[in-house]
Amino acid sequence: MSYLEYNVKRVPTGLSKILYLNWPLILLLMAVASVGFLMLYSVAGGSLEPWAEPQMKRFALGMAAMLTIAMVPIWFWRNMAGLAYGVSILLLLAVEFFGTTGMGATRWIDLGFMRLQPSELTKITLVMILAAYYDWLDIRRTSHPLWVAIPLILILLPTFLVLKQPDLGTAILLVAGGGTVMFLAGVSWWYFGVVIAGVGGLVFAVFASRGTDWQLIKDYQFRRIDTFLDPSSDPLGAGYHITQSKIALGSGGWTGRGFMQGTQSRLNFLPEKHTDFIFTTLAEEFGFLGASSLLVLYGLIILFCFYSAFSNKDRFGSLLTLGIGTTFFLFFAINMSMVMGLAPVVGVPLPMVSYGGSAMLVLLVAFGLTQSAHVHRPRGR
Amino acid sequence: MKRSPKDTEASARKITRRGLVLGGLQAGMLGVLGWRMRQMQVEQADEFRLLAEENRINMRLIAPARGLIFDRNGIPVAENTQNYRVVIVREDAGDVDTVIDRLRQLIYLDPDELERSLREMQRRSPFVPVTLTDQRSWEDIATVAVNAPALPGIFPDVGLTRHYPLGPDFSHIVGYVGPVSDYDLNRIEDNDPLLQIPKFQIGKTGVENKYERDLRGKAGSKRIEVNAAGRVMRELGRDNGVPGSDLQLTVDTNLQNFVEARLMLEESAAAVVMDPRSGDLLAIGSAPTFDPNKFVRGISSADYAELTENKYRPLANKSVQGAYPPGSTFKMMVALAALESGISSEETAYCPGFTKVGDRRFHCWKRGGHGYVNLEKSLQQSCDVYYYEMAQKIGVDKIAEVARRFGFGERFDIPMSAVTGGIMPDKQWKRERYGKDWLVGDSLNASIGQGFVLASPLQLAVMTARLASGNAIMPRLVKSIDGIETEIVGASPLGFNENHLRLVRKGMYAVANTRRGTGYSVRIDADGHKLAGKSGTSQVRNITAAERARGVTSNSDLPWERRDHALFVAFAPFENPTHAAAVVVEHGGGGSSVAGPLARDVLLYAMYGGMPPIEAYPSYQRGKIREMQAKLVLRDSAASPGRDRA
Repeated sequence: MSYLEYNVKRVPTGLSKILYLNWPLILLLMAVASVGFLMLYSVAGGSLEPWAEPQMKRFALGMAAMLTIAMVPIWFWRNMAGLAYGVSILLLLAVEFFGTTGMGATRWIDLGFMRLQPSELTKITLVMILAAYYDWLDIRRTSHPLWVAIPLILILLPTFLVLKQPDLGTAILLVAGGGTVMFLAGVSWWYFGVVIAGVGGLVFAVFASRGTDWQLIKDYQFRRIDTFLDPSSDPLGAGYHITQSKIALGSGGWTGRGFMQGTQSRLNFLPEKHTDFIFTTLAEEFGFLGASSLLVLYGLIILFCFYSAFSNKDRFGSLLTLGIGTTFFLFFAINMSMVMGLAPVVGVPLPMVSYGGSAMLVLLVAFGLTQSAHVHRPRGR
Repeated sequence: MKRSPKDTEASARKITRRGLVLGGLQAGMLGVLGWRMRQMQVEQADEFRLLAEENRINMRLIAPARGLIFDRNGIPVAENTQNYRVVIVREDAGDVDTVIDRLRQLIYLDPDELERSLREMQRRSPFVPVTLTDQRSWEDIATVAVNAPALPGIFPDVGLTRHYPLGPDFSHIVGYVGPVSDYDLNRIEDNDPLLQIPKFQIGKTGVENKYERDLRGKAGSKRIEVNAAGRVMRELGRDNGVPGSDLQLTVDTNLQNFVEARLMLEESAAAVVMDPRSGDLLAIGSAPTFDPNKFVRGISSADYAELTENKYRPLANKSVQGAYPPGSTFKMMVALAALESGISSEETAYCPGFTKVGDRRFHCWKRGGHGYVNLEKSLQQSCDVYYYEMAQKIGVDKIAEVARRFGFGERFDIPMSAVTGGIMPDKQWKRERYGKDWLVGDSLNASIGQGFVLASPLQLAVMTARLASGNAIMPRLVKSIDGIETEIVGASPLGFNENHLRLVRKGMYAVANTRRGTGYSVRIDADGHKLAGKSGTSQVRNITAAERARGVTSNSDLPWERRDHALFVAFAPFENPTHAAAVVVEHGGGGSSVAGPLARDVLLYAMYGGMPPIEAYPSYQRGKIREMQAKLVLRDSAASPGRDRA
C-alpha cells in the first residue's frame, strides 16, 4: 500500500484530527450553503417554508456526515470504493425497475422517509472507484489499451443507465468527472484526442438522427438544443426558461434589486426558481456584486481542493480530491453557463445552493472523503 | 502491490502537472463565467431591466362610459344600463361540464351562446373570466348568487351596456350600437385600442355611428403587475379615461312618439317635422320601425329575417333614405321660378284638362279641366296644365336653380345613415346621366314633380320650412354636444323677392283654407293655428291611353306596390310659422285624403305640445278624429293633452 512508504506516524489520530481538517474549505462550504438558505428564503416569498428550513436540516445532517467520514482513515474508504461503486450501479438498476417517475424522467427511489437519487451518488462513487483503480494500477501501464478499457467500462456503465432515465445533465457530469480522473492519472493525450473527435462524431450523429427511426435523443432534448442555439425563436414556448432567466439575470445590474425585491422571481416569471434556476434570483436580487461573489466562493473551494490534492502524496487521495473538486466545478460551471445562456438547459443544479436533498448530501459526503484524504495524507519523509 | 518511491514521486509530479493543466482550464472557465456576468449585468443591464418591466407590467384598458343621448328636453333616448351577466372561471370551476349542467337547471342558457362560450374558454387561460350569458334579469343573477356554493367558478358580474329606453321610436334616428366586428375593424381607419376589447360596443347606424368619436370617449388604462401566467397581482396605477360626450338632439320625444304612433296607422310612411326658425328637426318618423335593443343584444336570425323580409322595409329610414317623386308638392318651386322669371301672378293659363306637346297629350289630374287658372288658383286646385305651361315658358334649368336653393338635390349633412340627396334634374344632368338631350316632355313631367325629380321627406320638410321662413335654414339634429350649443345654420334670407314668397304661401293657404282647395278637408279650425300646405299624389306607374280612355283604375283596386304615393307638406301657424312638416305615405293613395290628415295631426300635436283639443278639427270630422286618436298607441307622457302655446 502506497501510504506505507510515507511516514504515517505523523498522521494525526483520535480527536486531534479535527485540528487537521481543511477548515477553510469547511467555512467556504458553509458560506455557500448560507447563500443557498438566503435565496431559498427569498424565493419562498420571505418564508422558511417550504424550502429553506428542510435545506438547513439537510445541511446539518450533511455536515455531520462529512465530519464523520473525515474522521475515518482514507485507506478504509479506498477499500470501500469497489463496494460503493457496485452498490450505486445496483441502485441505478433498481431505479430502472422500481423508480418513481416525475417530470418525464425516472430518477428516484422512494425510500419512504426520503427520495434517493442514485445518479447523484454515482457521481462520487465513480470518482472513488477510478481513483482506487489508478492507485492500484502500475503507472507504467496507465496508457495501455487494456488498462484504459477497464475505466472506460466503469464510466460508461452508469452513464448508460443514467441516460436511460433520462438525465443528460448527470450523464455529462459522469463522463466529464470520470474523464478528469483518467486525465489526471496520466492516460495518454492521444486517447483524449480520439475521444474528443469521437464526441464530435457522436454529436453529428445525434443531429443526423433527428426525425429518423433511430433518433438517439428525445424530442425535448432536441428542443432544448434548438432553444439554446436561438432562445428568442420561441420566447413563450421552449425558449421561455432561458429567455426569462436571462432577463432576470441581466436586470439585476451592478447591485441588484435588493433582497426579496426581484420582480422576475417574485412574479413567477422564473421557472424552477428554487432548483436549477436559483442563481438567477441571486443575480437579480444582488446584482453583479452578489453573483460574482458567489463565483469567487466557488473558485476558492476549487482552489483549496487543488491545494489539498497537490500537497497530498497519496495517489488515491490526490486523485479523489481532484476528481471531486472537478465534479463540483462542473456542477456550478454548467449550471451558471446554462442560466446565462452559454450552454443548453440540461438540468444541473447549483451545488450547495439549489434545493434538493440528495445532491447536497452526496456533495457533503464527497467533501467528507476529501477531508479524510486531507487529514490522513502522508506528510513528508 | 508495492510501488517504488521513484514511481510514487513520478506519479505525484504527473498528477500535479496534469492538475495544473486542469486548474488552468477551470480558471479560464471561471473567467468566462465572470465575463459573461459582467456583460449581462453591467453592460446590458438597462436592456434587460426594460424587458423585465415589460414582463411585469401590463396595461389594461378601461372602457369609458359611452356618451348619453338626450332629446331637446333632456329626456334620455340612449343610456348605459347595468348589464348583468354570468361569467365562469375555468380554473375555479374544476369540472366545467358538471358546473354548467347545474347552472342550466337554474337558469336558461341559449345553446348557441353556450357553444360560443365553451369555445372561447378553450382559447383563454384558465383564470380568465369568460362570459357565459349576458343581459340577464336581476332574478337570474340572484338565483346564481344564492346557489353559489353549488356553482364553483361561476360568478354573477355587472358591466355597462347600451339601452334605448324609447325603443322603436328612435331606432332610425339614433340607430344602435353593437359589438365591434372584424368587418368594422377593416372598414374604419381607427387605431383606438378600445376597439380591440372583445365585444366592445360601437355605433353601427344613425347618430350612434356618425358621432361615434364623440360618444366613445377616451380609453382609460390601469397599469397592473402580472405574473408569468398573466394573473393580476396588484394595480400600480390607474387613469380612468374620459367618458364620451353627451349629445342633445333637437328631437322632442313626445312629438316623436306621437309621429311614430300616427304613422303606424298607415302601412309604410315617413314624416319630418322641423322648426322653420332654427332648422331643428323636432321629429323624424319612419314606419314601420324596429326595436334597436334587439341589435344591441345580438339579434336572432329569425328576428332579423322578419325585418329584412317585411315588404314595408322597417330597417329603412324612409324620412331621409327614401327618395320619392314629390308630385304636386313640387309646384311651389315652379310657381316661384315663374314669378322670379318675371311672370305675373295674375297671368293665367287655360286648362282644358290636358296640354298637347307635339302629338302627345299631358293630362291634368282633373279630366274636365280647370278653365282659366292664375298662380293662386293653380296651387289651390293643383292644376297641372298651369305648370305645364310655365315649364315650357321658363325651362327646366330655371326651375332646377330655384329648387336647389330649397334643398332639392342636396344631401343634407345630418348624422343619420344613408341620407339621400334625391335628384333635381336639369339639361346637363340628363346629358351626363343618360347621354340624351332634355325633351320638352321631361320639363312637363318635372313641373309636376314627376319624371326624374326625386326628393326625401326631409328635403320636402326643408323646402316647406324655407318657404315658410324665407330663410336658407339648414336642418339640425344635434342641439348640443356636452352642453355646448351647436350652430344654427342658414337663418338668413334665401334671397327671393319677399312678395313672390308671400304669393306662394298665399296659394298654400288657399289649399287648406278655401272651399275649392284640394286640402280644404285638412284645415284647422282653431284661430292662430291655421296651416298652409300642399298635397301631392305621385304616380309610380304609367297610365296608358287605353286605361285613361276607360277611366283610371282607382288606387284601392291596385296592388299595394302599384298605388300612388301620398304626400303632404304644410307649415303652421300660417301667420307666424313655428312648424313645418312633410309627410309621405308610401303607396298610400291620395295626398290630401291620406297624407294631409296625417300632416295636420302631427302639426297640431307639435303646436299644442301634446294632444290637441278636438275643437281644433272641423266639427264634422271630430267623430272620425276621436276614432283615430283612440287607435294611437302612445306612451303615457306623449298621450297627455297639450297646452295652447300659440
